[in-house]
Amino acid sequence: MATLEIRDLHVTVEADNATKEILKGVDLTVKQGETHAIMGPNGSGKSTLAYSLAGHPKYTITGGTVTLDGEDVLEMSVDERARAGLFLAMQYPVEVPGVSVSNFLRTSATAIRGEAPKLRTWVKEVKEAMERLNIDPSFAERNVNEGFSGGEKKRHEILQLELLKPKVAVLDETDSGLDVDALRVVSEGVNRVRETGEVGTLLITHYTRILRYIKPDHVHVFSGGRIVESGGAELADKLEEEGYEAYTKGGASA
Amino acid sequence: MAEAQNIPVGSTTAGSIAVAAESTVATRMSAPPSFDVADFPVPHGREEEWRFTPLERLRGLHDGTAVANGDGVKVEVQAPEGVTVETVGRDDARLGKAGTPVDRIAAQAYSAFEKASVVTVPKETVLTEPIRIAVHGEGGTAFGHQVIELGAFAEAVVVIDHTGDAVLAANVDYLLGDGAKLTVVSVQDWDEKAVHVAQHNALVGRDASFKSVVVTFGGDVVRLHPRVQYAGPGGEAELFGLYFTDQGQHQEHRLLVDHNVPHCKSNVVYKGALQGDDAHAVWIGDVLIEAKAEGTDTYEMNRNLVLTDGARVDSVPNLEIETGEIVGAGHASATGRFDDEQLFYLMARGIPEHEARRLVVRGFFAELVQQIGLPDIEERLIAKIEEELEAAVA
Repeated sequence: MATLEIRDLHVTVEADNATKEILKGVDLTVKQGETHAIMGPNGSGKSTLAYSLAGHPKYTITGGTVTLDGEDVLEMSVDERARAGLFLAMQYPVEVPGVSVSNFLRTSATAIRGEAPKLRTWVKEVKEAMERLNIDPSFAERNVNEGFSGGEKKRHEILQLELLKPKVAVLDETDSGLDVDALRVVSEGVNRVRETGEVGTLLITHYTRILRYIKPDHVHVFSGGRIVESGGAELADKLEEEGYEAYTKGGASA
Repeated sequence: MAEAQNIPVGSTTAGSIAVAAESTVATRMSAPPSFDVADFPVPHGREEEWRFTPLERLRGLHDGTAVANGDGVKVEVQAPEGVTVETVGRDDARLGKAGTPVDRIAAQAYSAFEKASVVTVPKETVLTEPIRIAVHGEGGTAFGHQVIELGAFAEAVVVIDHTGDAVLAANVDYLLGDGAKLTVVSVQDWDEKAVHVAQHNALVGRDASFKSVVVTFGGDVVRLHPRVQYAGPGGEAELFGLYFTDQGQHQEHRLLVDHNVPHCKSNVVYKGALQGDDAHAVWIGDVLIEAKAEGTDTYEMNRNLVLTDGARVDSVPNLEIETGEIVGAGHASATGRFDDEQLFYLMARGIPEHEARRLVVRGFFAELVQQIGLPDIEERLIAKIEEELEAAVA
C-alpha cells in the first residue's frame, strides 16, 4: 500500500531579501485510500506544504524528510516526483502558450505511464473523462489553461487527476473560486478517483464547504507552519462553528 | 503560496512591446524612396526606421565605410529546365522595377552592386521542381541585386539559402505577371558573425499570388524589409515569417504591404522564439490601404515566445486605412513568455524539462509551419527548430 510520510518538515522561502521559515516541523502520514483534509487560515503555510511536496523551486527544504513508499521524495526532481505517483492539483493552474490540451494530456500520460497510451483507447478515455466533468470537447484543441475561466481551470486539473491516477493527490484549494455547481462537478471527480481506493488524498482548503461533498477520514488544523490539531470529520464541524480564531491566537503567541 | 505568473496576451515581458495604432507609413521615413544612396542622410539611430537597429554592428553598411571585396559572397542558382538564369550589368531594364530602396542601406546596395542575377520563368511555365539559389558568405563584404520574374500564369517555388559568413546588403525583386504564382522561401541560416540587410520588393500582378516565407535563424544582425505592392486588382500576398533569436542576435523584420489597387488580399503571420541574454527581435508590420484600394482584405499578426530572461522584443503593427470600403482589416501582436511557472506546471505532470520546452516551442511554430505547404521545407524547419532547442538546453 502506497504511503506518503512527512516527518518534521521545515521549509523556508526568500522574500524581500530575507529568509522566512514557513513550515516549522510538519508531521503527516497519508496512506492509499485515505482522505486527509488540511484546514487553516490564510498564510498558515498550507499551500507551501503543497508546493514543497511537488518540488517547486521557490521553496527550500531546511529540515525533515518526505518519503513515498520509502523513496526519498526530496531527492527527486519535479518530474520524477510526478512519475513516482505524486500529483498536485494547483490553486492557480498556469497558462501554457502553444500547447494544446490534447497534446499536453497525452505527453503527460506517456511520461507518467512510461509508454504512450494506445491512441484508440486513449481518445475514448479522454473523451469519457471530459464528459464526466462537463468539459466541452473543444477544450482539447485549446491551449492549456489559456483563456479558461476559474472553474474550467479546476475541472481541467481534476481531469488530469482522473487520467494520471496518482498514488497520492494533493489538492491545493481546488474549491476556491468555484460556484456551487462547479464545486459539485469537481468534487464528484475527486470522489470517483477516491472510490477506486488507490489514491491517498490530501485536501487543502480554507473552507469547510467542500467537505460536504468530499468526506475526509482525518481533519488537520494547520496554523503557524505546522499541524496543531488532528481529529476525525467532526473536527471540521467544530471549525465550521468556531472558525480558526482559537488557533491563530495560539499560533501568534507560540 | 506560489505565485502564478500568467503573462496575458499583448503585455510586456522581459522585453517591451509597443503598439502604435496610428502612424503614417511614408512620412515617418527620414527620406523619400530613391535609388541613390546620396539622397539619404547617414542615420544616427534615433530615426523611426533605425531606432531599434544597433548601427555599430552594421559593419559600416549604413555610413558608406563598408567596401565590397571580390569574393564576399558566392551565389549559385540551380534552376529546372525552361528557366533562364542571367548575370547582367547595372543598366538592365528589369532591375529596380519591383520597388525603390526606402532606406540608406538598400540605396547603398543599389548604388554599389556591380552585377545582378536575373532568373526568369517564362509565361505559362509551371515548374514542378523548385529553383534553388545558394548565397554563401565567404567572409567578405558584398552588395547584391537579385531579380526573379514570372511571366503571366507561370508558377514557381524559389528557395534562397543564406549560409556562411558575410556582410551583405541587397535588394531582391519579385515580379509577378498576371495570374502568376510564386512562393519564395528565404532562409537566413548564417554563421554567427554575419550581417545581412536586405529589401525584398514584390510587385504582384493582376490575379497573381505571392507567398513569401522568411526564416531567420543565424547571423549577428539580420534586418530584412519585405515589401509588397500590387500591379493590378485580384492579387494576393501571404507573408509568413519564422525566427529563432539566440543570445546576442539582432533579428529585425520590417514589413510593408501597400494596398495601392482595389480588391487585393494580404495576410501576414510572423512568429518568433527568443532565448538568451540580449537576444533582440524587432517586428514592424506596416499595412497601408490607400483611398483607391476598395475591397481590400488584410490581416497581420506577430507572435513572440520569450523562452528565457534577458531577451527583448519590439513588435509594432501599423495599420493605416484611407478608405472604409473594404472587406476586412485587422492586426494583432502578442508576446508571451515561457517561464519557470510554466516549466514547473508541465514537469509536475511528469514531463521532463527538455521535453517541456520542446513541447511549447513546437506547438508555437506548428501552425505556421503547416501553412507553408512545402513538405520538405516544413520538415527542414522543424528539424532546425529542434536543433536550436538542443543547443539551448546543452
